[in-house]
Amino acid sequence: MSSSGEDRSKSEISFTVNGEQKTVLAFPMERLLDVLRLQLGLTGAKEGCGEGECGSCSLLMDGTLVNSCLVPALQAQGASIVTIEGLDASAGSQRLQEAFLECGGAQCGICTPGMILAASHLLNKNPRPTLEEIKEGLSGNLCRCTGYLQIFEAIATAAGRETAASS
Amino acid sequence: MRSDPKDYELVAPGSLQAAVGLLARSPGEWLPIAGGTDVMVQYAAGKLPSRKLVSIWNLAELRSIEVLANEIRLGAGCTYTNIREHGVIGREFPMLSSAARWTGGIANQNRGTLGGNIVNASPAADSLPALLAYDAELILISVRGERRLPYAGFHAGYKKTKLAPDELIRAVCLPRRFSGYVCHARKVGSRNAQAISKVCMAALGRVAGQTVEDVHIAVGSVAPVPLRLSETELMLRGKVINESLVSAAKKMAVAEIRPIDDIRSTAKYRAAVTGNLVAEFLNLLSADGKA
Repeated sequence: MSSSGEDRSKSEISFTVNGEQKTVLAFPMERLLDVLRLQLGLTGAKEGCGEGECGSCSLLMDGTLVNSCLVPALQAQGASIVTIEGLDASAGSQRLQEAFLECGGAQCGICTPGMILAASHLLNKNPRPTLEEIKEGLSGNLCRCTGYLQIFEAIATAAGRETAASS
Repeated sequence: MRSDPKDYELVAPGSLQAAVGLLARSPGEWLPIAGGTDVMVQYAAGKLPSRKLVSIWNLAELRSIEVLANEIRLGAGCTYTNIREHGVIGREFPMLSSAARWTGGIANQNRGTLGGNIVNASPAADSLPALLAYDAELILISVRGERRLPYAGFHAGYKKTKLAPDELIRAVCLPRRFSGYVCHARKVGSRNAQAISKVCMAALGRVAGQTVEDVHIAVGSVAPVPLRLSETELMLRGKVINESLVSAAKKMAVAEIRPIDDIRSTAKYRAAVTGNLVAEFLNLLSADGKA
């Protein structure tokens, strides 16, 4: 491996992704989105607008929803990151993904990982959201296929099931 | 054109003291970045004014919200989510809570900071009219020490502020003296989330019967800087609210603003909406006086 000037200006950045400790060598201003997709092969987060408008690159960083196209890699140092690939584990997110399937909440699929992460973030904070709260929780995630209604229905369905399961 | 990360430096000093120390060593050279919701957008477009950035994201000293007897001191690094979730802010400064709710979507609210919104100095920023209406003050910090100044007047011109090149905003202070005031905040835009306002307003006031005792009206997106409608306020104080006063206030408000035509709206529409928002607020104030 050559030690070029490029490598020297890169930094070692460590964080956990989906529960696994990772250390990457990246330029500090590389977008977290690119580090995850290109270095770690986690292609669930998509690039849509690249300017924080569309939500297709959403992920959870220390439990909060962020647009990974707006996060410089250095700011992920020490963070705990969850991408769509890592969301499978909990029962709640299983129900959410099943509800997306049942209700037709996914079509072309580009927005779906972000939609599910935004929905999961919403349900973690507010397990029984009203329709208005669902709309607000997803307002930063754009979909050009569904017209949104199926997505809202999927989240309401998942929330209903969670309520039923916990009562 | 998109920026190449290898051309940019980013350091994370880890404390407020170290960050201002770095700024002091070469003032103007380092661009502070907090949650990146503005800076990373400019970076993506290849429009950043600097190739050296200093991360101030998550510095504990900038994240606190102190509730003091006479004011709330909000760390400049507080996010919109922090603001939305704070009970005292929600009760005593509801227009700031609303503005936080209207800004971006949830992901941007989790990363965007109040200090960043002020320094980014967009005349269309939703939270800034609320700060003006509440008579906010800023605490600025540098290695030279802290200084405190009124937020009104902080914007020296379009995208220009009174922040010195070696300074950061440390905190935003909100005086706790508006309980019992009628508050009215409106965002007029294509949609609430992810859309920049065509016009936004934050206004508060107090009436005795129908007489205006005190009134603050601040507007955004209608001038090179967020604006207090000082002449309209002066004209309104001590007057009885009636139809002719409302009509005079609308005219005066329109005369005070400097709206432009741009991709989001037209000067004509912005002027009409500003007048209507002022009228809507005065009608609410009047209704409160009758209640």
